[in-house]
Amino acid sequence: MKRRPVPAAWTVVLLAATLSACSLTATEEEPSAATGGDAGGRVVLVTHESFSLPKKLVKEFEAESGIDLEVRAAGDAGTLTTKLAVTADNPTGDVAFGVDNTFASRALDEGVFATTDLEVPAGAGDYTVPGDDGARMVPVDTGNVCVNVDTTWFEERDLDPPATLEDLADPAYRDLFVTPSALSSSPGLAFLLATVAEYGDDWPSYWDRLLGNGTRVVDGWSDAYFTDFTGGGGDGDRPVVLSYDSSPAFTVPKGGGASTTAALLDTCFRQVEYAGVLEGADNPEGGAAVVEWLLSEDVQAALPDSMYVFPVREGVALPPDWEKYAEQPDDPFTLDPADIAAHRDDWLEQWRDLTTR
Amino acid sequence: MLELADVSVDLEGERIVSDATLAVPDGSVTAVLGPSGCGKSTLLRAVAGIEPLAAGALRWDGADLAGVPTHKRGFALVFQDGQLFDHLTVGRNVGYALRLRRAPGTDRRVAELLDLVGLPDHADRMPATLSGGERQRVALARSLAVEPRLLLLDEPLSALDAGLRERLAGDLQRILREAGTTALLVTHDHEEAFAVADRIAVMRRGRIVQDGDLGEVWRAPADAQTALFLGYATVLDGARAVRLLAEAGLPAADVVALRRSALTLDPDGPLRARVREARATPDQVRLRVHVDGVGDLDAVASLDAHAGAGDEVGLHVDHTRLAVVGRP
Amino acid sequence: MTAPVRRLLALAALAAVPVAVLGLFFVVPVSGMVARGFWPDGEFAPDQVWEVLTRDRTLRVLAFTLWSAAAGTVGSVGLGLPAAYVLHRTALPLRRGVRSALLVPFVLPTVVVGVAFRQLLGAGGPLGFLGLDGSATAIVLGLVFFNVAVVIRVVGGAWEQLDDRPGHAAATLGASPVQVFRTVTWPQLRPAVVSAATVVFLFCATAFGIVLTLGGSRYATVETEIYLLTVQVFDLPGAAALSVLQLVVVLALLLVAGRTRSTPVVRRPATPHRLRRSDVVPVAVTLLLLAAIAAPVLALLVGSLRVDGAWGLENYTALSTTGQRDALQVSVTAALLNSLRTAVDATWMALLTGLLVAVVVTRRSRSRAERRTRRLLDGLFMLPLGVSAVTLGFGFLITLDRPPFDLRDSPLLVPIAQALVALPLVVRTLVPVLAGIDDRQRQAAASLGAGALRTLATVDLPVLWRPVLAASGFAFAVSLGEFGATSFLAREDFPTMPLVIFRLLGHPGELNYGMALAASVVLAATTAVVVLAVERLRVTSVGAF
Repeated sequence: MKRRPVPAAWTVVLLAATLSACSLTATEEEPSAATGGDAGGRVVLVTHESFSLPKKLVKEFEAESGIDLEVRAAGDAGTLTTKLAVTADNPTGDVAFGVDNTFASRALDEGVFATTDLEVPAGAGDYTVPGDDGARMVPVDTGNVCVNVDTTWFEERDLDPPATLEDLADPAYRDLFVTPSALSSSPGLAFLLATVAEYGDDWPSYWDRLLGNGTRVVDGWSDAYFTDFTGGGGDGDRPVVLSYDSSPAFTVPKGGGASTTAALLDTCFRQVEYAGVLEGADNPEGGAAVVEWLLSEDVQAALPDSMYVFPVREGVALPPDWEKYAEQPDDPFTLDPADIAAHRDDWLEQWRDLTTR
Repeated sequence: MLELADVSVDLEGERIVSDATLAVPDGSVTAVLGPSGCGKSTLLRAVAGIEPLAAGALRWDGADLAGVPTHKRGFALVFQDGQLFDHLTVGRNVGYALRLRRAPGTDRRVAELLDLVGLPDHADRMPATLSGGERQRVALARSLAVEPRLLLLDEPLSALDAGLRERLAGDLQRILREAGTTALLVTHDHEEAFAVADRIAVMRRGRIVQDGDLGEVWRAPADAQTALFLGYATVLDGARAVRLLAEAGLPAADVVALRRSALTLDPDGPLRARVREARATPDQVRLRVHVDGVGDLDAVASLDAHAGAGDEVGLHVDHTRLAVVGRP
Repeated sequence: MTAPVRRLLALAALAAVPVAVLGLFFVVPVSGMVARGFWPDGEFAPDQVWEVLTRDRTLRVLAFTLWSAAAGTVGSVGLGLPAAYVLHRTALPLRRGVRSALLVPFVLPTVVVGVAFRQLLGAGGPLGFLGLDGSATAIVLGLVFFNVAVVIRVVGGAWEQLDDRPGHAAATLGASPVQVFRTVTWPQLRPAVVSAATVVFLFCATAFGIVLTLGGSRYATVETEIYLLTVQVFDLPGAAALSVLQLVVVLALLLVAGRTRSTPVVRRPATPHRLRRSDVVPVAVTLLLLAAIAAPVLALLVGSLRVDGAWGLENYTALSTTGQRDALQVSVTAALLNSLRTAVDATWMALLTGLLVAVVVTRRSRSRAERRTRRLLDGLFMLPLGVSAVTLGFGFLITLDRPPFDLRDSPLLVPIAQALVALPLVVRTLVPVLAGIDDRQRQAAASLGAGALRTLATVDLPVLWRPVLAASGFAFAVSLGEFGATSFLAREDFPTMPLVIFRLLGHPGELNYGMALAASVVLAATTAVVVLAVERLRVTSVGAF
């Protein structure tokens, strides 16, 4: 009895010694903080969790610029913007990527970004935030949130798929549409904004009809696409889903041939993601270099495969599947970010009241 | 009447009670006497329906009890340490079963029962404030409240100190007689058994080795171990038994058991012995004596006797304090 | 210095570390974020906060939160009680295995459970005909799925230790099994049940992912509303109002629960009894529960083994890669390693703090003020369970941003946040054991000349080391499954398993989806192994709240 604690204690000590090797405290020290001054040194890029670029490109960039790039990615675009907004007076990094046009105004209002004299690449002028015009927030990529249909499903039933927002409220397409929530998903919000852009102040009555027509609202995009959508690989029962204009490029059968899904190009809302140097950054020059790099041809060309978005730069080649299957709308719905900022809570609250019980 | 027919009980795969056969007649108090670990408590729990039978049958007035759950048997069990409900007052403990049945006049009945066990005015106390003896009385009153067909008592007095035990044993006997309750008691203490019971069953290693009227068993223990357990101090067999009985002028027998007080100092006694040791107690002098051809034995003498180590003395043999063992 | 003052000082010294930890990593961040709401532009503006509280919607949201949490608690207790009885009091074959199996969902990441539930309840799923997908019932079912394990563990642990003889005594007095439960067992079990119900209620009331995923985002709770107001609408005063509301509700709950916690119960572990005819109903409930818990997990397993409409292990072999089109920054196996390393840190942090708290809380009090202080401390460490992860997460960013506590970029922030979540469970595991040690043993040791440390080593440690190991397993598993705070704080190059699963789910490509399912199975299995290991070291008092 008396001796038992001793072996026990040794076990614990041994175990602790073994485990401490696993501890994160054993991670070697980070290279010390920003050296400042020139474009070299450490640069912290704050971004959302969907950020992804080929490792090779990052290595090349670090080698060429002498910058040690540290990426801190967490949360979605909304979380990212909120994070930047609440830490505006003491930013957590030097440069940020991933604030989109639905959140742009909040970032600008809270003074998140510093003015830079970076050049907006050719073709990207259309995507800047009105009023800012690229001074603080530089567009990096764009994509459209569009209603997608499972073409095979409609062919099998010899039905014409819907084409417009109005069609979705048509009883002929009853119980076929699934969309992620505007409250918890950024494509969901984009779709709400598309309906606002199309119907103006009458959008609530459109949503009334939409919900009355059996539209299913789910939590997130992956839920809608993989669980509810018939064309997403799961056992879904809904052939119409809210997704992206690039989605059809991912549903091409293995042997080739036509994609089994299609985007409805008259239902799209344009999303643009921006990058900018943070106000109060330790290393603004380094930050600016990262923004420039994001706009470089190499990174722009890598965007489709890495983040499923289109480059803003003109003349950048798209991957073959994208050339073939990812059709971009000519004239998507858009709204002024200032408008979005001014009405977002009203719209969301109304939408919430329409959809929640 | 409760009947046990070849009852066996297993606990965790081990046979604890084997082929126990016993009858508890109405109105009797039967004690199951055995050393600790002999399976007597398990037997009691099996009668209560807490442990299932591995074999055999339990019958009440001829009706098989198999499948009758504990709460429908009408057998109240008093545990060794009372098992009072600590979150209820004494009064509510005693009235517990009455309230379950929504019987009228609970309070009056509780007061009567507390009177019966000698604890009036204790109704509002909490069990934690009671002494061990008081707790046992409350437990008894609680069990009597249901007017059980059979009262089961699991070493009800063994947790108490000697003086209290003696007093409570007398009370218990009185209470059971007054209430006319049929009871089955298990104990390892033969004095407790003698004080309370009128019938006795001796149990050893899971088996009942002897049962019958108290006096019957007392006078004729089935074997040497039983005799020792019944409180006999010495068991003699073979030539030693023959010699002792012969010296005492009693009929011969193979095995004989002696109580400590079976031999008393008597200068005219038929048995000659040499004193090895003498020790005075408040009641008598206890002697250790040597009898030729028999060996060392216990004996007693009155306080005024002057016997010292080495003295040659005569001994009287009290045949009521000696039992012939193994005779049917 | 008088003796009472010295005692209070000693108490303060012991309590200093845990209180500082809680203060720095909980009180400061939460009040920092709440202060942002009360002082929106540097000026105190409580009217904005008040305005939020008087909205109809806020009342509706609060009502739904309380309703769903209450329903989830009632469901968990209703199903958990019979299961706790069967698994801890009867000799049901394989009960050890069943016990561990029922604990798995408690530590499964919400994302995984969400996917699994929707695979079952969704229109195309095997239970789609019930039409529960996206209903309030589905939310409550999800809450029960997660929390029933807490009830089983906490109540089962207490039940196991209950002396069964008073129950037998009642039965011989004519009480039926139901009456025995009502009049004898329940009064002794009540403190454990109340404790379990409190913790479950807190878990339910602050559930986030489950409400969004299973409710089809049609239902709002205080927690989702805080997220919405903070992230989507950027209405910080509104979020602050709800955070304060949440705190008030939690405090009230803890106060009520605290009164029932400390009833002493005679402990005399009973050996499990063989199944009886009267056990039919609880056994049936347990088996049903097991099936209900196994179903989503099996759905997950089956899904992870399907590749292109056929059976195959490709989803598993792909776990060493970064997914289709490099969906991930690191491979899933690397993420598993990250998860394990993070869990090691979270465990020692929770354990060290928890031990100190437990020691402080259980020492015998000499005065009423001292007892009050100890009870207050006891309740204080439950608070992190009841506060929004969003508020806490953003609070971290705005308060721990200056030296000497510039921790925003520290790799230790994730384990610290996870340790805060595990801390209440650790404390509740250790406190009953320490409280159960007879103080006279310590006095005896002291009278034989043992100093305070020596007393601790000879009296407390021998009893404590197994519960400590068990609590480590608990904390480890909680850390492995934690998603909310982790998703907010983890760094891109160092994601944990739940984050990787979430990310895989968010990327197109069938392989990514399959990998997410396979990774979920791996995480569930890892967690199950940890829980089973804890079961092997089982201390009878584990989780006796």
